[in-house]
Parts: sequence; structure tokens; C-alpha cells
Amino acid sequence: MGRIQLKDVQKTFGNVEVIPPLNLEIEDGEFVVFVGPSGCGKSTLLRLIAGLEDTTSGNIEIDDIDATDLPPAKRSLAMVFQSYALYPHMSVRKNIAFPMKMAKIDLETQNTKVEAAAKSLNLTDYLDRKPGQLSGGQRQRVAIGRAIVREPAAFLFDEPLSNLDAALRVGMRLEIMDLHKKLETTMIYVTHDQVEAMTMADKIVVLQDGRIEQVGSPLELYHTPKNKFVAGFIGSPKMNLIEGIEAKKLNASTIGIRPEHIKMSKTEGLWKGTVGVAEHLGSDTFIHIHNTGLLEMMTVRISGDVQVKHGEAIYLTPEKNKIHCFDAVGDRIL
Amino acid sequence: MARSISKKSKIINTLVAGFIGFLMFFPILWIVVLSFKTEENAIRAPLEILFSSGWTMESFQTVQARSDYLKHFSNSVIISLGSTVLALIVAVPAAWSMAFVPSRHTKNVLMWMLSTKMLPPVGVLVPIYLLFRDFDLLDTRFGLTIVLMLINLPIIIWMLYTYFKEIPGEILEAARMDGASLREEIIYVLTPMAIPGIASTVLLNIILAWNEAFWTINLTAAKAAPLTAFITSYSSPEGLFYAKLSAASIMAIAPILIMGWFSQKQLVRGLTFGAVK
Repeated sequence: MGRIQLKDVQKTFGNVEVIPPLNLEIEDGEFVVFVGPSGCGKSTLLRLIAGLEDTTSGNIEIDDIDATDLPPAKRSLAMVFQSYALYPHMSVRKNIAFPMKMAKIDLETQNTKVEAAAKSLNLTDYLDRKPGQLSGGQRQRVAIGRAIVREPAAFLFDEPLSNLDAALRVGMRLEIMDLHKKLETTMIYVTHDQVEAMTMADKIVVLQDGRIEQVGSPLELYHTPKNKFVAGFIGSPKMNLIEGIEAKKLNASTIGIRPEHIKMSKTEGLWKGTVGVAEHLGSDTFIHIHNTGLLEMMTVRISGDVQVKHGEAIYLTPEKNKIHCFDAVGDRIL
Repeated sequence: MARSISKKSKIINTLVAGFIGFLMFFPILWIVVLSFKTEENAIRAPLEILFSSGWTMESFQTVQARSDYLKHFSNSVIISLGSTVLALIVAVPAAWSMAFVPSRHTKNVLMWMLSTKMLPPVGVLVPIYLLFRDFDLLDTRFGLTIVLMLINLPIIIWMLYTYFKEIPGEILEAARMDGASLREEIIYVLTPMAIPGIASTVLLNIILAWNEAFWTINLTAAKAAPLTAFITSYSSPEGLFYAKLSAASIMAIAPILIMGWFSQKQLVRGLTFGAVK
């Protein structure tokens, strides 16, 4: 089991309210990602759930038991930190076995569980090494191994892949998703990388200034963002958010159109602009368009490799049924 | 680009450094020379002392015959080790709480502790002497151990605080998540990680306690007198006996010099701990 409920959870540091009263339900076995820009309170929220920070008010329930005042170890949660937080003076074996040692589990069981965790994480050959002798990816695997052996109700990941290089990050991302499928345990994952959020989550919680902006599945957030912030944050490249006359034509304060929902032509279209920088990814081309009179820079995503010249005049036409409308406050207009 | 140093300036720098090193070492060398001279030769002009014949072990024999070296030595060992162990028992949790659970006043507390070292010891001699007299601690190893522990405690807490601050808080949080109690967190995680720092703190405290003269001379007479008091006993009202004084000094500082020599790597490592990531 791993059902977590946050009821009016609030956190203040002195006079600063980091998390205004907040409610959230995480179902058993869900992979939930907290995402938001730096300083939005996502890590603080995770630390509140972990018990590493005390709530100012409100309750945290884990499997319907009030865990608000329980110490971290009694919440049956395991956490994987951004910096791995391995014990540098202990071997990999001792690192993984540490939670079991603290729980006074007998040596034989400890060994069996360590071996099993090491096998599933491809760490068997490294059990007698110290963390300093491992690569970043291996270290993160040890941290995950240390979490697995506790058989927790839920795993908490605090930006676990931020210290890894891009290629390794993709690999580890898949490993964590695979682990979730295997264990079927609740996982709460904090990241500022919306690509990670989109690819991994069953449910994404978008945060800004400690407030939950929207909770939903990745595609829900992509197709029907609740407000301008979510619209701009989810999706890469970012949604083009246009204000002014074009928005007023649709009775909105702001309209949003994703780069992949704009058609580009050299001869005709709704909006005219000039080509700026083109990013060729092979599978896609991102073209940045200037002088449209709508935005300083609009981004268009075209499938495949498209050749355009810098400064060339170009016409753009948005797909009408893919335009998102927002009111003056920034909320979605249905 | 690496800074280039010419061969000439390298030689000059080496010579200057060597000369400064020799100047610093000279007093010890001179004590060694004097300790192997007769009292008669030891009061001659410096050059005469150096080139006079008659190297002798006489002073060492006299010192050994007149005083119970081993008693003073064991007093020094007990007092310096005892004060270090006691100080660690107090300092480790104190430094832990200030490093990992700081309050608004932590910096002030640290400064206040350090400020006690700015007071000349003689300023508190009378009250401490009276306390020792009333609690029957004068000339006892226990009393001296307590005083030396208290005298060095601020520096020990400061050093440990600095080392502990270098340990990432996330590792301790991980231990907490793994179910470690505060005691287990300190024993299994914090202490092993801070070993280089703790070792150098221990070494430094032993050296400071071993060489402490003001309190040891003023609060002891015969029973608890350590080696520092043993040296001063050769500076008597009848006059200075340079050769015997030197021999006594050599006998007193030799153990700590040898310990310092063998542990210099640890000492330097500890003192520069955290300087470079």
C-alpha cells in the first residue's frame, strides 16, 4: 500500500509562506511527478511528505494513518536524493544494507536482500567498492538499491537525475520507469524538467510559488492546460502565447498555440514573419520566426528536416481547433 | 597559463625558506646542544658552547636521579588524554547541533565561546584557584584534567563545527530516512566521515594539553605535576641550571615531538580539511 493524502498542508519559514494550504491525493501505485520552476516549493513538498521538514499546519496521511508528526523512518517511505547521499566510508554492500541494519534485521536476510537488489540493478560486481569508485549512474543505482531493500510504501525521488549527463539520464529514466512497473509501488518524483515529467508520470502536479496549478495526466496537461502558466510550462518547445488583436478576435486576453500546431508556408498564410534561427534535430526542425507583429519570437516545429534561409519571409497559419484561449487572469476559457 | 618561476628565484626562495626554517628550529637545537654540556660549559659564550669539548649525559642522569620522570610523564599522559576524551564527549554533540540544527543564536554562541580564549588566563586564576581549594582539587590529576578540558573546549568545538559543516546535510537526512536514531546517525555516519577532522582535533588538543604550563604550574605541587611543572622545577631560586633545564625540557618535549612527527600527515590533512573540495 502507498496511498498518500495531503490535507491543507502548509509550510512557512518565518514570515515567508513557502507552501500555502494545499490538498493532494496520491493513489496507491501511482507514479506522480511534482514539476515546476526552481523555487516553486516542489522539493519542500517532498521533504514535508518525507518528514524531513515539519508542516506548519495541516495533515499528511499515509495509508490512512496520520503521519504528520511521525519521524521520517516511521513513515515507511524511502528517499533517493539528488546528490545520491551515499555513505562514502561504506562499501556498496554496506550502503544498501544500512536501512536493514538500522531495522535490526538479521544478517542472513540482509545479505539475501542486498544480493537481490544488486542483481536487479546490475551492481553485483561493485558490491565491495566504495561509492567514490563508482560512476554517477552506478551511484544513483546504489541509492535506489538502498531504497528498494526497505520495501517502502512509497519511493520519493528528489531530482535524482539532475547530476547525470544527458545520455545517462535517459537510461536511468527508463530504469526507474521499469522499476515502477516491476514493483508497482507509489513513486513521487520531483523534477524541474518537464520532459522527464511528461515521459515518466501517471499524474503530474504542476507547482508555482507553492501552489498547485494543475493535477492531471501528462496528455491532459498538454491538451487542456488549466491556465497560461501550465500551458507555457508543459511542452517543449514552449507554447507561443499571443496577446493583443489576434487574441481579441477570439474573445480572449491571450491565445496559445503550440509550435507543432502551426503550419508554415513560403507563399501564403495568416501571419507573415522572417526566419531567424533554425534548429535541425533530424527528426524535427524548430524554426524561430521574428517580425510577426504578434510576438518577439514565435517558434514553429516542423516534422523532418526543412531547409529555410535566415531572413527569408515566411507565412504561418495556426490550426484553429488547436488554439488555447485564456482570460485576463490567465485561466483557460472553455 | 602556469606561473613560471625562474631557476634563480627558485634557489633564492629555497635558501630564504631554509633560513627561516632554521631560525624557527634553532631554539630546540640549542636546547639539545645545552642538554649535552656540563653546567660549567653551558653558561659560556654561544660559540664557545658550540665548540667546547666535553659532551656529556651528566645532566640527563642528574635530572633522572633528582626527579621521578616517569611520574610526571604519566601525569602528562593522563591529563592530556583525559582532557581530550572528556572534551570530545562534550564537543561532538555540541558541534553536531550547531552544524546541523543551527538556531538564530548559533553564531553568537560560537563567538562567545571563542571570546573566552581572548581573556588572559591569569584573569580567572584567583576564582579558579579558590574553587579548586574549596573542592579539594588542588594538585589532583582530576582537577587539572577538568581545567584543561574546559580551556581547550572552545577550540575543539570550533574545529569540529568546521569539519561537520563540510559534511553534506543530505547524507544525514538519508540516514534519518534509513531509520537511524540520532545516536546511530552520529556513530555510524557522522563520526566515520569526520574521522580526519576528529583525529586532527584530538592530536592538536593532546599537544595543547601536554604543553599547557600556566594552569599546570599554578594548580599543582608534587602529586599531579605533569612534565611542564617538571621543567620549571629546574628554574630554582638558587639560580638557573641551563644544562639540567635543557635536559629536562628535552625529556618533556620529546614524547610530544615524536608523536607530532609521526602524525604530521594527519595533522596537516585535518587542519586543511575542507579547504579544497
